[in-house]
Amino acid sequence: MTRGRFAFIIGCIGLLIGGAEVLRSPDVSASIVAASMLATMLRFATPLTLGALAGLLCERSGVANIAIEGMMLSAAFGAFIGAAVTKSLLIGVLAGMAIGVAMATLHAWLSVSLRVDQIVSGTVINIMAAGITGFLSTEVVRRQALVGAGLLPALRIPVLADLPVVGPVFQQQPIAWVALVLVPLTHLVIFHTPWGLRLRSVGELPRAAHAAGINVIRTRYTAVMIGGAIAGIGGAYFTLESVPAFEPLMTNGRGFIALAALIFGGWTPAGAWAASLLFGAANALHINAQQFGIPVPAQIVGMFPYLLTIVILAGVIGRVSPPSAVGTPYEAD
Amino acid sequence: MPARSRPTSSRPRAENRSRRWAGPCIAGARILTLPARRPLWVCRAGFIGREGVLTVTQAVRARLIGGLIPSLAIVTALLIGGVIIWASGPRLDGPWFGIWFVVEAYQALIEGAFGSRASTIDTVLRTVPYVFTGLAVMVGFRGGMFNIGAEGQLAVGALASAWVGFTVTSLPLVIQLPLVLLTGCLAGAIWGGIAGLLKARTGAHEVITTIMLNYVGGQLAAYLLNGVLRDRSPLNVIAQTPKVAETARLPDLVPGLHSGVILVIGVAVLVWFVLWKTTTGFELRMVGINPDAAAYAGVNVVRRMTWAMGASGMLAGLAGAVQVAGVNYRSTLGFNVGYGFDSIAIALLGRNTVSGVVLSSILFAALRTGATKLQFRTQISTDIISVIQALVLLMIAADQIIRWIYRIGPAQTEADPVAASTAPVADSESGR
Repeated sequence: MTRGRFAFIIGCIGLLIGGAEVLRSPDVSASIVAASMLATMLRFATPLTLGALAGLLCERSGVANIAIEGMMLSAAFGAFIGAAVTKSLLIGVLAGMAIGVAMATLHAWLSVSLRVDQIVSGTVINIMAAGITGFLSTEVVRRQALVGAGLLPALRIPVLADLPVVGPVFQQQPIAWVALVLVPLTHLVIFHTPWGLRLRSVGELPRAAHAAGINVIRTRYTAVMIGGAIAGIGGAYFTLESVPAFEPLMTNGRGFIALAALIFGGWTPAGAWAASLLFGAANALHINAQQFGIPVPAQIVGMFPYLLTIVILAGVIGRVSPPSAVGTPYEAD
Repeated sequence: MPARSRPTSSRPRAENRSRRWAGPCIAGARILTLPARRPLWVCRAGFIGREGVLTVTQAVRARLIGGLIPSLAIVTALLIGGVIIWASGPRLDGPWFGIWFVVEAYQALIEGAFGSRASTIDTVLRTVPYVFTGLAVMVGFRGGMFNIGAEGQLAVGALASAWVGFTVTSLPLVIQLPLVLLTGCLAGAIWGGIAGLLKARTGAHEVITTIMLNYVGGQLAAYLLNGVLRDRSPLNVIAQTPKVAETARLPDLVPGLHSGVILVIGVAVLVWFVLWKTTTGFELRMVGINPDAAAYAGVNVVRRMTWAMGASGMLAGLAGAVQVAGVNYRSTLGFNVGYGFDSIAIALLGRNTVSGVVLSSILFAALRTGATKLQFRTQISTDIISVIQALVLLMIAADQIIRWIYRIGPAQTEADPVAASTAPVADSESGR
């Protein structure tokens, strides 16, 4: 993640929010628009950040992960059931993490142990998550009439949360705070600890890592499973922070957008977070356009993040390259 | 370059040897040598198999073993599905300890899919887009490209064909109908071709670009269907186009069944012919198995990759066009959702062969159609079908599971296009 790219992303976010300010209908005050844009952006970015961090750990260890969507969806369901049965939101989050780890273990077993094509394995998990959560939600939730246990309360930082425009930044729900903490934490772990170095070496050149005495298979398992736990927190966001109910397919492709954020951010935590915010800002413009009379075709704005991801992947503005061993199963001799 | 486990250099040879028909050998310079002491008619009616010339019986057996794992996967998934149905039914309180409930459920499924004329037609109507999109993913796989974008390609194909279908109103059917279908093909081909071109020229991974193009396509559809292409009649409240002209509709073969069925058979044969009987198809499969070897052999890899994704997108776009011209007569926002993953499942279950894709499409269509009756009779959610599909796919992807359950020996070293589809990825990311 170069500084240039980071500045580019921040600039794009500024452009989107500034655009909303300039184009808003004159009878809405500027501070309301800015506050609403910020709040929507942060809300949308939370699951993306967590999903992208999950994918980051996975892909840095050399396992391609298009299964973030499936992991988050099943974790959303697990979190809902866990919270609804025990009436404890904390247990709900833990249940979501457990389901996320379970799906991640399946991904690791398929793609690391059985050496199934990693994209196929991810596809299997996505289809499986959609099928099983859809089936169980109709069978279990409707028959036993489970009611959600409510939403996690917002935690506010006393004085800062009362500031006029940037208030929403300091008044967020716990999972959003967790996401914000995990970004620097993941950065530290991946780039400044021995385990992180091993993880990256396994993702770049597994044979050399093996020769250096690193257990490639175990490192990949660990990375994928920690990623699953983070994706699980991201999934819990949907049923414990966003709406207190589970609906089939409620992640609605956020896992794939998280993947895009990961690539956009050049496989770094800070980059992935910035990209998540950018995607969040584009979504905020999309959502607020009608309310504030902003005359932009919302869908065209909504396309930009995806188009930018394609452009960046194609190397037109600054090249990003994935860890070299992504997609290649490792076979110990 | 990361160490690759499989000896890739031997792949083209293995692929070449697995060609079964002793028909014209196109680009493979294999000279057919006949074993001694074998009557000539055996060769005429024979096949080129892994071990040289096979008799008809041997070849049939080879085919059967090829279909064994998918069949066992389906049977196993249905058995596990049966256990799930049992667990959601009266369990031990029902007749036969609840097993009768499972039998009734599957009976309802079969009746719902093939029990009456109307339900059979429904199943066939569902099969058509599955075959097109399944073939689309299959062509991609054969060219070493993993096309996750069938959903988006189908959407743009449907949009384009609907647009031509309702704006052009003065042409006779023989001109307009092909025009509508070809527009859908073209739109899909462009959408898929972008991903192919990017992969070939810049190494941008087609899995990511096709996912992104799905979203771009979805947003584009939302924009157009709420804007210029929206049906402005006062009764319409949703994002959809007006109905296409009468001359843009596929005529009915029998009442309720449009003639796209004939088209789908024709296209399936055409895909088989192009992939296995032409130089283009041979080169495409060569690129899919080992792009480096293909480039060394003088194949224009950039062109073939673009071609593979273009053809793949074209088939998906045609699926959209046929749905517009044969079933819905319009394009509606979101009707494409679900085809992307279903088509991958179909291609994988069909082992990336034309006959396999057709058979799996029929199976998936039958399951989806019959599920309604299953839900009506047993109150079990239609989502059970998605669970069964996921189980089938799991066991197809990791065929070690099936081999372990049924004690089948390890896989032969057959060229596996799915495994090969990751090979170009590794190359483009580490080498160039």
